[in-house]
Amino acid sequence: MVTNPTGSFDLENVSVAYGSETAVAGVSMHIVPQSVTALIGPSGCGKSTLLRCLNRMNDELGNVKVEGSIRFDGLDIMDNRLLDPVDLRRRVGQVFQKPNPFPMSIYDNVAYGPKTHGTRAKAELDAVVEQALKRAALWNEVKDQLKKHAFELSGGQQQRLCIARALATMPEVLLMDEPASALDPISSQQIEDTIAELKKSVTIVIVTHNMQQAARISDRTAFMLRESMDRPAGLIEIGDTRVMFTNPGDKRTESYITGRFG
Amino acid sequence: MSEPRNTTRPSIGRPGISRAAEGLAKTIIIISGWTAIALLGAIAAYLFIESRSAISEVGLWSMISGELWYPTSKTAQYGFLPSETGTLWVAIVALMLCVPVGVASAVYISEFADKRIKDVYKSVIEFMAGIPSVVLGLIGLSLLAPWVRTTFGLDTGLTAFAAGLMVGVMCLPTIISIAEDALHAVPSELRMGSLALGNTRWQTTYRVTIPAASSGIFAAIMLGMGRAIGETMVVLMLAGNSGIIPNTPFLPARTLPGTIAGELGEVVRGGQHYSVLFAMGLVLFMVTFVINLAADSVLERQRRRWRR
Repeated sequence: MVTNPTGSFDLENVSVAYGSETAVAGVSMHIVPQSVTALIGPSGCGKSTLLRCLNRMNDELGNVKVEGSIRFDGLDIMDNRLLDPVDLRRRVGQVFQKPNPFPMSIYDNVAYGPKTHGTRAKAELDAVVEQALKRAALWNEVKDQLKKHAFELSGGQQQRLCIARALATMPEVLLMDEPASALDPISSQQIEDTIAELKKSVTIVIVTHNMQQAARISDRTAFMLRESMDRPAGLIEIGDTRVMFTNPGDKRTESYITGRFG
Repeated sequence: MSEPRNTTRPSIGRPGISRAAEGLAKTIIIISGWTAIALLGAIAAYLFIESRSAISEVGLWSMISGELWYPTSKTAQYGFLPSETGTLWVAIVALMLCVPVGVASAVYISEFADKRIKDVYKSVIEFMAGIPSVVLGLIGLSLLAPWVRTTFGLDTGLTAFAAGLMVGVMCLPTIISIAEDALHAVPSELRMGSLALGNTRWQTTYRVTIPAASSGIFAAIMLGMGRAIGETMVVLMLAGNSGIIPNTPFLPARTLPGTIAGELGEVVRGGQHYSVLFAMGLVLFMVTFVINLAADSVLERQRRRWRR
């Protein structure tokens, strides 16, 4: 798994428009495989919008137009003939801000992806479910109650269940949109520990409001900003997290990180 | 709703007259609200009072289970079974048409149609719900009944089947709009969660959205059924109104509401036949009441489930 890592992204001049309004423009960045990249910036700076470009979930919102080039391990994901969005999403999973387990059992939640993708054999499914729950650090808490309804879990457990659900399809990349913002500090800590473990095997791109969290868990940090309402948001800079937080190249990054705005 | 702006001089913000008007409005609203409930109780009570002599003389159970309906013969027979069977056939045929079509339409509107089509479709549905049933009856008489007769090689097209088809059309708006509401109430995060796992829209709809809305869809079907059982005019015009228990839907039949509407004008007020028709009304009232109540409790459970 370590040799020849997969799950890299190359963005070139990416812009996103909602209807006639351009929300994000001119973003170019490289996302390093099997590392954690944090997208930070104040509200409305297009972090989540940019994140959704990576698994083409913007397509599902209607009236959203994405332009520019996005390559996933060299493959142009904007071209449906090369890679169908449905296939892309099997390789690029997503965890949402609010835990969104399906109204079914714990087991069925995790088995959902592999099942619809064609895994039918019970033993195989059992193994996939167990492995995914272990990777999401939830197995020990739920191994005796896999038939329990997902809604009975706590918020933090539900979020780890959603991580397990995303991992069950064996994605190479996991996109996380403020995955801990709706959780209490202890659950939040557990999610962070899970991320630290997961980055050994998958690429993680995480949107976060919480700068301490970005500093703790990420290897690289991208700072985005919308400087005025009549201009689209853009990428200010991206770099090694330690450098970004101690010696950023741009004045605006420094102001944001030191808490002067946002 | 808004607070008086000038808190030091509240008398200017709320003069006495407005306070009196508010009190009056509140009283009127409360009275109106209770009137509806009182009316429901009054209807049930009136049905019961009028059917009392039939219940004591003929017996409720012997009416419900009686196989013969000869209300005007010298030894009158008041068996509801012909009407009950007819009602059942009409409802079954109606549901077989309107459940698949209605649920599929609701899924289409809620999950696949773009906004413009959705708006048009919704107003078409509302318009459809507003068509007087006698108009549908006319169309049924002139087009549907002859078609049924020739297609199935029957002696007459006026059958439970023809009536059921038309009643099914009438139930469509109910089923579509309630099932659509149920699907719409499913949080979009669930759809997004499924799509993000690399499932198609159809897989998402079929495996997540529809199961999540299943209790609401079930309630929609129940309410449609209530409508099918209670529908009168179309059935009176199309079912054939035979007094014999129909073994198949392809025979002329009568239904509970059809019998009441068809015969009430010809009976002696206060007589036994009159009272029996009220007993029939009471049975019908209770059946539809129970169906609606069940549908409502299912809907309420679904509403509570998504209020997280």
